[in-house]
Amino acid sequence: MARTNEFRDKKVIGALLARIAENKRSLPSPCRIMEVCGTHTMTVHRYGLQSMLEKAGIEMVSGPGCPVCITPGEVHEAAIRLVTENENVILATFGDMTRVPTHLGSLQNAVPAKGSAVKIVYSPEESLDLARQKRNKEIIFFGVGFETTIPSIAVMAKAAAGEELSNYSILSALWLIPPPLRAILESGEVKLSGFLYPGHVSAIIGQEPYAFVAREFGFPGVIAGFEPGDILLGIISILDQIREGRPRVANEYTRVVRPEGNPVAQALMREVLEPKDACWRGLGVIPGSGLKFKAEYSAYDAEVKHDLRITARGIDLPGCRCGEVLRGILPPSRCPLFAKKCTPESPCGPCMVSFEGACLVHYKYRGPKS
Amino acid sequence: MKKISLELGSGGKSMRDFIARTIVPAFKNPMLAELLDASHLPGRIAFTTDSYVVDPIFFPGGDIGKLAVNGTVNDLVVSGAVPQYISLGLILEEGLEWNALEKILRSLKAAASRARVEIVAGDTKVVKQGQGDKIYINTSGIGKVIAKPRPKLIRPGDKLILTGTLGEHSLAILTARGDFGLEARVQSDCAPLTFLLPFWKNGVLWMRDITRGGLATILSELTEKIPYPLLIEEDEIPLSKAVQAASELLGIDPLYLACEGRAVLVVPGEKTHDVLARIKKNPLGRKAAIIGQVEGKIGRPGELLLRTSAGGLRLLEPLSSELLPRIC
Amino acid sequence: MCLAIPSMVIEIDEVHRTGKIDYLGTKVKTNFALLDDVRIGDWVIVHAGFAISRLDEEDAQETLDLLREIAEKS
Repeated sequence: MARTNEFRDKKVIGALLARIAENKRSLPSPCRIMEVCGTHTMTVHRYGLQSMLEKAGIEMVSGPGCPVCITPGEVHEAAIRLVTENENVILATFGDMTRVPTHLGSLQNAVPAKGSAVKIVYSPEESLDLARQKRNKEIIFFGVGFETTIPSIAVMAKAAAGEELSNYSILSALWLIPPPLRAILESGEVKLSGFLYPGHVSAIIGQEPYAFVAREFGFPGVIAGFEPGDILLGIISILDQIREGRPRVANEYTRVVRPEGNPVAQALMREVLEPKDACWRGLGVIPGSGLKFKAEYSAYDAEVKHDLRITARGIDLPGCRCGEVLRGILPPSRCPLFAKKCTPESPCGPCMVSFEGACLVHYKYRGPKS
Repeated sequence: MKKISLELGSGGKSMRDFIARTIVPAFKNPMLAELLDASHLPGRIAFTTDSYVVDPIFFPGGDIGKLAVNGTVNDLVVSGAVPQYISLGLILEEGLEWNALEKILRSLKAAASRARVEIVAGDTKVVKQGQGDKIYINTSGIGKVIAKPRPKLIRPGDKLILTGTLGEHSLAILTARGDFGLEARVQSDCAPLTFLLPFWKNGVLWMRDITRGGLATILSELTEKIPYPLLIEEDEIPLSKAVQAASELLGIDPLYLACEGRAVLVVPGEKTHDVLARIKKNPLGRKAAIIGQVEGKIGRPGELLLRTSAGGLRLLEPLSSELLPRIC
Repeated sequence: MCLAIPSMVIEIDEVHRTGKIDYLGTKVKTNFALLDDVRIGDWVIVHAGFAISRLDEEDAQETLDLLREIAEKS
């Protein structure tokens, strides 16, 4: 059943692009579609779809779909301080978090205090295992993510509480997708024709949270999967919605996304977490856009347990313009630092660091100069 | 106070810069400055050294002993020399299990026999518990120069041959560490490349073993030596199912995974099929393939290009930093 | 935030809601706490060690058919 070949097949991709070009012809230009998921950004560029779509009259715009990128520098700095200023701390984190540049350098080149270390994990579960195995260390999991990852972090907190693990806590940066969509639409900064909604976030939250985009703002949108075929089918759906004058929340990714999402995951999130007004790099504070641990879980909330007092302002390092890239108003190639002062080896900001940061994706998958 | 960070040993650009800007200038020596796999000394002697700090020391398909011999042997082979003698420096941590040491000594011996080298000098030290990670090994190697890599003779149309599948050593280490809860059916590809020595007389112009940084990094380094771009075909890269699966699960690119028994060769166009056929006759070269060529029509000097499976063309960069798994 | 692969469930511990999935022959420890009623042989989408959704065969087939249809018509 993992027959993804058709979704990437050259002939199928060619046919889908031809269909898009055909449908686009009868519509007013330009057609600009925003995606808010780093994995969508990656797929579009890794397969060279960006330039092929431009030829068909479609411009893809990246929004704030990279959780590493939107996490303010102050949170990264708190993580760095935890491991450099305290002995016997193990900071468990996902890979690309370690390379984000901050006023204190990056986690990767921070020199830990005696007995402390940074450990890269693939699953939040590994951080819990660490806490169980190394009782003489304080384990802190740097839990960053959107709704795809948030339920698993909630599971970890619940498990830690159940086992009364006194040496475990989570430094969380948990982000919700629908609120920044509203903020972007309300600001009117970016001219858009529609949205591609993230397939796996939607597997958790379902279709309803995006309904306001169509109902209140009149914009078409489609939940799409992550193969090239999925994205192109999604674009065809948006073009149909524009042509019919019937904006809605369509679902191309029916094989994974149910209209109601994942109720078990949603219930777990509600049990452990509550909404907060989170500060996003580039977008500032957006009401109800983040989640934090409920009071009964404060023993596992690193911010409370270790009295971190983080005041996030969401401002970039001097010269860096990641905030504008995340708002969709500055394509990476138009940032004056892009590929000059700011490269993967010497990144100026998180968008060039995160595997799904728009700048890194544009850079890594760029075509030859000729 | 500036301190050494782990990144400086990762095999990526920061390590190369560190070596080029800090280590090499301390010695101001033309042979060293070339940064070859092995230095060719007067009297047609090749000399190289390498240290092994792998964790864990035992992994599917090998151990630190096997690595220590083959790594140094391979550096000599790809520099155009027949490996002959190895020195062995052992730094043992107090508390290392006796059985483990015996096993590693047997591995060292077996690897040396297989590669037809003799271990002729050595040193052993023991450090306090906590001051060394079980065992560190340094091997230096001496070989007889039989050829010199000739990158200046490389021309458009010359082909790139990869001797086997990518990344199995890296995956074997990941699996042995128990990282990421992965159980893969994989064995390290650690092996001597001595079977490639005859091809130096068959017109091979250049070869490198694919170690830290992976194929993309090795070929990027080649583009710095020649005035032509290189093009590789994604569909032609041999990959085992295990590496394919792990790459997709962890979000890592096999083109950047280290091997310990694979090489890439540049062969003149007209000799390619013959060389390939003969490499494939060797069990270590069964999955060898022509993966690309030196380009004359597309791209610019200094570019390493990849033609993707979807048909697009893009640039491949050398590894810039420690390979990290992504989750999102 | 969406790296996730369709893979097959091969082992389940009902009590702890953990188990293993198989992707192209590689097995990975997976947590099933987010899905009720998972059975061996089910296909699931796994993200960062957690199964987040089931893959529906019928819907998958429908999408594949749609792709084939478009490819043939071109």
